[in-house]
Amino acid sequence: MADTTATATPETVTTSEDGIRRRDFLDIAAISAAGIGGLAVVYPLVSQMAPSKDVLAASSTEVDVSAIEPGQAIKAVFRKQPLFVRRLTPAEIQAANAVPASSLRDPQTLEERTKEGHTDMLVTMGVCTHLGCVPLGAAEGEVKGEFGGYFCPCHGSHYDTAGRIRKGPAPSNLEVPEYEFTSDTVIQVG
Amino acid sequence: MSFPWARQYEPTNGLTKFLDEKLPLPRLVYNAVGAGYPVPRNLSYFWNFGVLAGFFLMVQIVTGVVLAMHYAANAQVAFATTEHIMRDVNWGWMMRYAHANGASFFFIVVYLHIFRGLFYSSYKAPREMIWLLGVVIFLLMMATAFMGYVLPWGQMSFWGAKVITGLFGAIPLVGEPIQVWLLGGFAPDNAALNRFFSLHFLLPFVIAGVVILHIWALHIPGSSNPTGVEVKSESDTVPFHPYYTAKDGFGLGIALLAYFALVFFLPNALGHPDNYIEANPLSTPAHIVPEWYFWPFYAILRAFTVDFFFIPAKLMGVLAMFSSILLWFFLPWLDKSPVRSGHYRPLFRKFFWFGLIPTMIVLFICGGAPAEEPYVMLSQLATAYYFLHFLVILPIISSVEKPEPLPYSITEAVLGSDKKMVKGEQTSPAV
Repeated sequence: MADTTATATPETVTTSEDGIRRRDFLDIAAISAAGIGGLAVVYPLVSQMAPSKDVLAASSTEVDVSAIEPGQAIKAVFRKQPLFVRRLTPAEIQAANAVPASSLRDPQTLEERTKEGHTDMLVTMGVCTHLGCVPLGAAEGEVKGEFGGYFCPCHGSHYDTAGRIRKGPAPSNLEVPEYEFTSDTVIQVG
Repeated sequence: MSFPWARQYEPTNGLTKFLDEKLPLPRLVYNAVGAGYPVPRNLSYFWNFGVLAGFFLMVQIVTGVVLAMHYAANAQVAFATTEHIMRDVNWGWMMRYAHANGASFFFIVVYLHIFRGLFYSSYKAPREMIWLLGVVIFLLMMATAFMGYVLPWGQMSFWGAKVITGLFGAIPLVGEPIQVWLLGGFAPDNAALNRFFSLHFLLPFVIAGVVILHIWALHIPGSSNPTGVEVKSESDTVPFHPYYTAKDGFGLGIALLAYFALVFFLPNALGHPDNYIEANPLSTPAHIVPEWYFWPFYAILRAFTVDFFFIPAKLMGVLAMFSSILLWFFLPWLDKSPVRSGHYRPLFRKFFWFGLIPTMIVLFICGGAPAEEPYVMLSQLATAYYFLHFLVILPIISSVEKPEPLPYSITEAVLGSDKKMVKGEQTSPAV
């Protein structure tokens, strides 16, 4: 180098023929490290708002269904939301099967919505699929709607005996949560 | 402020031109911490701690807002929700350790920032207002940190709250009613916990506001520098960006290494194990101490053990503790020497290194030690020197001291007295 430029100020750093400075490597390395570090900080900041371990630990519920008589329903709590467990009468099963599934807004048969060997046991969330109100029809004496299942008083959605949407603004059938029979009389939800 | 040679902000594209007309925020940033802020070229790493303090304030606000999402300020459940954060909340342990150690690091960098201000007399004209606002920030920090330490509702939280509000009980006549009013009860309980939480959430934003004033006041005279000689010409300065953004970035990297070493490997090293025992109003811990950053002032509080004429010892301690910080407000007028930097003040330098600094270390150690001999006697001696230093020694030094010759300019201090060696001329020999 010429001795007139011996002091290396940033304006006089060596530049190779293709215009890349040695300092470019440092710039890119530093900015990348800071970027990755930033992302590593953002991840826990976002994750902390997800359900905590104690909430997740309370995310499955056991329900004893032995005492439910045909035509009766009980309300249980699953993930802080109402769960309807209903034992259908033969007439209600027949009413549900009499409708061709293809004619429904959310086509599903009763069989698809219950467990094999327990087609009289209808387990659904008690949460209207419209805007989340609790439908009527589970407790004794409540309005069951035009189709004998559940009726949501908020905006007038009618569900049939299989908990399927038949009339009103709700877009889909009452949700059937994941569950299994741990014995003939006990179900575990979630 | 701006020196006449400060680079001017030039919006380059449609968006920045639009913004510059409607709300010149990019211009503000450019002039505050960008290339538009000329800064003395000779700043040492001691000038990093302002940026670091701002950084840790942001860390505290971010982690604190997160913790407040999971914490409940109720004496029944406060301790349990703290444990809930530690055990159940995703990354909750990290957030809480980052917050607790973030407070410690905030104080570490602020103490180093104050140290810099004291040694280089950054409080002198024309920068008095920056110093005064800084003392206000420090007082707000102490209040915020104290109230934050109460929130986990452990034994140290409870007894800390009791002892510190008890300080107000020392005020004659109205003291006890004031203490009851502060606590909203006769001992710390739900009412106190709730108001401490409310204020602990509010005060950091007040601090952020005063920080903005602090920086605003700084930009009027511009930054000081290790020589204490004011900027005379363009060759004395470099633009803040990229020179000091890079230097501050490097300092930040070092600070983060130390910080995360503590957060991840020694998260409770600066805490007190008794605070993992739930608050019990019927049993005081055997050895009750505040957080480490209050130790020097706690030592001053406890140094007064006998009544001073008609003033009871308790009130004396409280007055001394508060005035030990409040006297900082008068520092710009107590130290009248026209020379700023301790590097050019031989007498000041001796009393600083061999008087004030050992005194602060002794006070720090005594504040964390049990209230027994020899610590009581040591803290009494140190307290006496502390007040003597600021109220008597500093004013006397500033009138009798013969300062060493100052460099003509910052450039001369950096490059030697060869007047040709100014920026822009490349005739200098290799450095």
